[in-house]
Amino acid sequence: MELITLMVGTVLVNNVVLVKFLGLCPLMGVSNKFSTATGMGVATTFVLTLSCMSGWLIEHYILEPLNLQYLRIICFILVVAAVVQFTEMMIKKSSPLLHRTLGIFLPLITTNCAVLGVALINISEGFSFIESMTYGIGASIGFSLVLIMFAGLRERLALSEVPKTFAGTPVALVTAGILSMIFMGFGGLV
Amino acid sequence: MFLTIAVLTSLGLMLGFILGYADKIFAVEEDPLIKDVESMLPGTHCGQCGFTGCGSAAEAMVNGEADVTCCPPGGQVLAKSLADKLGVSADLSNLTSVPLTASVEESLCTGCCRCFRVCPTDAIVGANKQLHYVFKDACTGCGKCVTACPENCIALHQEEETLDNWHWPKPAVV
Repeated sequence: MELITLMVGTVLVNNVVLVKFLGLCPLMGVSNKFSTATGMGVATTFVLTLSCMSGWLIEHYILEPLNLQYLRIICFILVVAAVVQFTEMMIKKSSPLLHRTLGIFLPLITTNCAVLGVALINISEGFSFIESMTYGIGASIGFSLVLIMFAGLRERLALSEVPKTFAGTPVALVTAGILSMIFMGFGGLV
Repeated sequence: MFLTIAVLTSLGLMLGFILGYADKIFAVEEDPLIKDVESMLPGTHCGQCGFTGCGSAAEAMVNGEADVTCCPPGGQVLAKSLADKLGVSADLSNLTSVPLTASVEESLCTGCCRCFRVCPTDAIVGANKQLHYVFKDACTGCGKCVTACPENCIALHQEEETLDNWHWPKPAVV
C-alpha cells in the first residue's frame, strides 16, 4: 500500500518534469511527434529504472562502506552513461526503425537531468532498494506520461493558427507552463 | 586517494566489460554487400525508386526485391555496374538519361484526387472536381500517379531544356 502511494505520488503529485522541472530538454526536443515521444518514453523508463537500481546498489555496497560518498555524482554519471549505451545497443538490435527516429536524442538520455536527478533524490530521501525502484519507475512513468501528452498537444498546435510572435518554441513553453499548473491540482492527492 | 582511484577504475573497468559483452550479444549482422551497393548509389535520397532513401533501396536490391534499373538518376552506367556487382542481368533499354516529370492533361482530368494521394513528394495540388496540377520542382518522376490515374491523363514528360536546368549529358554505356 505504501509503495502504491509512493508510486501515485511520484507520477502525479511530484511529477519530475512539471513539478520538479527536471528533463525539460527532451520534453521540448522529442515531443514533435507522438510515435517518437512514445519510443523516447519507453527508452527513458528503461534507463531511469535501471540507473536508479544500480545507483542504489553502488551507494550502499561500494561508496558507503568505503566512506566515499563524495564520489556519488561522478559514479552515477558513469553508470547512467553505461546504461544508456546498453539501451542503445538493445534498441539498435530490436527496432532499427525506432533507432533511426530517435537519432541523436537516444545517446542524449545521458544528459537528461531527470535520470541523474532521480537517482540522487533516491539517496537523499533514504529509500530502501524496493522503494527506490518504485520511485524510479514512478518518475519515469510520470516523465513518459507528460512527454506523450505534450506530443499530442504539440501535434494539434502545429495545425492551429498561432500568432507569429509565439509560433514554435514559445507557444510550446507556454503550453508546458499551463500543463504544469494543471498538475498542481493533484497537490492534495497523496 | 588511492582508494578513490581504485574504486573509480574498477567501476569503469566493470562497466566496460559489461558493455563489451553486451556489444557481442546485441551485434547487428549487416550484409557488407549492402554497404557496397549503397556507396555506389547517388546518395541524394530522392525517392524516385520508391524507397525512402538510398540505404533502403540498396537493401532491397541486395535482397532481390528491387530491380537494379530502378534508380533513374544513376542511369544506364549505374544499372550496368550494379548488375555486374550483384551478378544479375539488367534490361537497360527502358532507362533514359534525362529526368522526367509528370504533367496532367487538362482536357481529360476529372478532379478525382487519386493522383495526389499517392504522390510521395506532395508535388500535385488540387481538390475534388477541380483540375489537378503538378509542381515540376517537387516532382521526382516516380510514376506513381501515372498508374493511379483512372483517366490516363497523367504522363511523364521530358522537361523542356532551359538555361536553368541544362546540364552536361550523363556518361553513356559504351
